[in-house]
Amino acid sequence: MSTHDLNDSTVAIHGGRTLDSHASSILFPLYQTSTFVHDAVGVNKGFSYSRVSNPTVDALEKAIGALEATPPAVCFRTGMAAITTLLLSVLKTGDHAIVSDVVYGGTMRLFRVVLDNLGITASFVDTSDVANVEAAITPATRIVLIETPGNPTLKLTDIEAVSQVTRRHSILLAVDNTFLTPILQKPLDLGADISILSTTKYIDGHNMTVGGSIATRDEKLLERLCLIRKTLGTTQAPFEAWLTLQGIKTLPARLRLHCEGAAVIARWLETHPAVKYVLYPGLDSFPQKALAEKQQRAPGAMIAFELKAGAEAAIQTLNSVQLCLRAESLGGLETLITHPSSTTHADVDPELRRRLGISDGLIRLSVGLEAPEDIIADLEQAFAAAVSGVATKEVAHEIR
Amino acid sequence: MKFASRLVSFDPAPGDRFRPICTPIYQTATFEQEHTDSIGEYDYSRSGNPTRTVLEKHLATLENGTHGFCFSSGMAAISTVTRLLRSGDEILADSDLYGGTCRLFSKVIDRYGIAVRYADARDPEQFEQQITPQTKLLFVESPTNPLLRVIDLRQLADLTHAHGALLCVDNSSMSPYLQNPLDLGADIALHSATKFLGGHHDVTAGVIVVKNEALAEQIYFVQNAEGSALGPFNCFLLLRGIKTLKLRIDCQQQNAQAIARFLASHKQIKQVYYPGLSESCDFDLQRSQARGPGSVLSFTTGSVEISKAIAEFAEFFHITVSFGSVTSSISLPGTMSHASVPAKLLAERNLPPDLARISIGIEDQEDLIADLDQAIHRATSRKS
Repeated sequence: MSTHDLNDSTVAIHGGRTLDSHASSILFPLYQTSTFVHDAVGVNKGFSYSRVSNPTVDALEKAIGALEATPPAVCFRTGMAAITTLLLSVLKTGDHAIVSDVVYGGTMRLFRVVLDNLGITASFVDTSDVANVEAAITPATRIVLIETPGNPTLKLTDIEAVSQVTRRHSILLAVDNTFLTPILQKPLDLGADISILSTTKYIDGHNMTVGGSIATRDEKLLERLCLIRKTLGTTQAPFEAWLTLQGIKTLPARLRLHCEGAAVIARWLETHPAVKYVLYPGLDSFPQKALAEKQQRAPGAMIAFELKAGAEAAIQTLNSVQLCLRAESLGGLETLITHPSSTTHADVDPELRRRLGISDGLIRLSVGLEAPEDIIADLEQAFAAAVSGVATKEVAHEIR
Repeated sequence: MKFASRLVSFDPAPGDRFRPICTPIYQTATFEQEHTDSIGEYDYSRSGNPTRTVLEKHLATLENGTHGFCFSSGMAAISTVTRLLRSGDEILADSDLYGGTCRLFSKVIDRYGIAVRYADARDPEQFEQQITPQTKLLFVESPTNPLLRVIDLRQLADLTHAHGALLCVDNSSMSPYLQNPLDLGADIALHSATKFLGGHHDVTAGVIVVKNEALAEQIYFVQNAEGSALGPFNCFLLLRGIKTLKLRIDCQQQNAQAIARFLASHKQIKQVYYPGLSESCDFDLQRSQARGPGSVLSFTTGSVEISKAIAEFAEFFHITVSFGSVTSSISLPGTMSHASVPAKLLAERNLPPDLARISIGIEDQEDLIADLDQAIHRATSRKS
C-alpha cells in the first residue's frame, strides 16, 4: 500500500518504516557506531561513517519524509544546525536572504552574527504581506525563509501567495514548520520548496532530544544538503534519532490533544478580565483566522497573550505558576510558560521587539497534555497572585 | 597528579545530591527556570547541558587548557574554528591534512571569501612565505594524516604569533595523553573524539580546547548559534571511553611499535611511515614534543593492487575509515578517507596511491603480526 493512501496517524506509525532484517525487531535497532566495515576497498553496504549516514538516522529520515510526502528528509544535530547547513548550502558571499521579521531569535542571531561575517545579507520583512516579500527581492536574493505561525506572536504568512512570488523570481522558499509539523500544515503542498523542523519540539514531543530536519522534493538540493552536512559534521546522532523515531509515532494523537487543550485555554484566557488580548489562530478574534483555516489543518497549541497589568505582572505570573513549567522550548507533554522578551527573543533589539509586538508583557504558552482545567486553575491562581502582588518566589516554592 | 589518575579523578556530577560515581545522562531538551527574570545555569540543551559540562571541563583539564567544547563531530569542531574568520581573511594549512578538512576548506569556506593556502609546514621558511597580512589562522595536524609527518609545533607557534595569527592543532592522532598542543604554544587544540578519546568506534564527536577567555567566548557563541554541540548520550559514552585512554594507548602503541618493526623488516614492504621507528627522520622531533608515536602508521608496497589485496586479506584489520579504536583497521587513504582532496593538492602532497594506513587496536600482538604476514603473503603471491 502506498503511503499516499494512508491517513497521517497511520503514516506516523508505519510511514517509511525501516524493517530490521536481522532480528525482525518491531523497533528499528539503535546503531550506536561511528564507522562501518567495508566488504572490500571501495565497496560498502551503503554506510561507511556515521557523520555521513547511519541506519538509525536513515530510519528517522524516512519516517519524516513519509509525513512530509517527500523523499527521506535530512536530519541534523539541532534545528539551528539544520538552518545553518541549509543556508551555507545555498548562500555564498554576496548573496541575500529574505526572512520573516517574526522569527525565532536564534535564526535572527545566526544571520546577524555568523552569516554577516561571511558577507551574506538578509532583510527581515513582514512576510504576512506578500507585497513586502516582492519588494525586498534583489538580484542577489537566493532564498526566502518564513516562519508561520511566527514565534512568538503567531503572525501567519500565506505560504501559497509567497510561493507564487518566489517561483516567479526562481528563488527558494523555505518554511520553518516547527509550530505545526506536517500533520497540521504541509508547506510543500502549498508551494514551498523546503520544510524545516526543529524536531526538538512536537516531533520528539517529550523534551528528550534536540534535533532538526529538512525535507524537500528537490533531489539536487537534497544531494547538496548531504554534502554540506557531512562537510560541516552537523549530522544527527543515532541515539537522538532513535528517540525521535519513537516520538513520531504518537505525533498525530498528541497534536489532537494539544490542540483541544489549547482551544479550551485560549477561550478561557479571552474571557478573563485580567487579560488584555489573546493571540491564537483558533479564536474568532485572531486577525488572520481565515488564512489559518486556509493553510492549516488545525490552529496548533501555541498561545500568546498579554495581561492588562503589564510587564511586571507577566513576570509575577511566571514566577507564581505551580503546574506550568518556566522553560524555553515548546511542543512537549508539559505545559511550558515563557517570557519571550527575556528568553527566546532576548538577543533581538528591544526597539525591534516592540515593533514586532513582542512586548515585555507578552507571555507564550506551549500547551501540554495536562487536563486543560488544571492548567486554567494554575493560571487563575498565578494571575491572582501577580495582580495582587503578594506572590513571592519563596511562597511559590513552598507550595510546590 | 599523574595522567592515569587525572583520567579517572574528576567530579563526575558536581552538586548532585545522590553522589553518583558516573555522570548522569541529562537526556533533556530544556530546563525549568526558577525565576522568570533570571536564567539558571542551564536553559536549553543546545546552549548547555550538565552531562556535557562535566565532559567539557574534564577535557579542558586533560589538554591543559581553560575551556573545553564538545561538538557533534570532529568536522563540526573544525567548522567552528573557521568561524573565527570573516570574508577577506586567510587560512594557511599544512598540505598533509585529513580529506574532510580539505573538503571543508575547498567546498565551503572558499564560498565566503576566505582563501586557504597550503604549504609544507615541515619547512618553516617555505611555510612562512605563504603568510600574508590576511592570514588569521594556521591549521596543522601532527603527526599528519596519513603520512605521519611530524611538524615542529613549538617553532610553528612562535612563527604564528610573530604574525599575529592563531595556531590550531588537530591533535586527533595523539590524544591529550601523548601530546598537548597548548603546552607547545598552540592557541587551539582540536580533536575528532571519534578516534582515541572515544576509542571504541561507538561515538562520533569533536572537541576544542583553548586557554584564552576571549577565544572561548567566541567558540561558545558559534557552538550555540549554529547548534553543533554534542548530545548528552554521546557525552556519556565519551566520558566512559576517556577513562581507559592511557590503558588503551599504552597497549595500542606497544602493538604498533612491534608491527612497525615487523613491516620495516618485511621484504615486500617498500616503506613504513611511523615516527616511532628510530630510523625515521621524525623520531627525535616527535620525542621532543610528544610522549609517544601513537598507534597509526602507514606503509607502501609499490603496487596499488597489492596494498588493496592486503587490506582485503587481513582478517583482524577491518576496512574502515577512521582510526584510534580498540579494533584494528586498515584503509587506503587515496581511495577512502582522502578521496575528497582536490586532485591538484593530492599531486602536490605526493600521497602515494599504494599507501595503506593501519590503526592498531588492542588485539594480541602476535595475532596481528601473523595476520598481516599471511595477508602480505597472499597479496604478493597472487600478484606473481
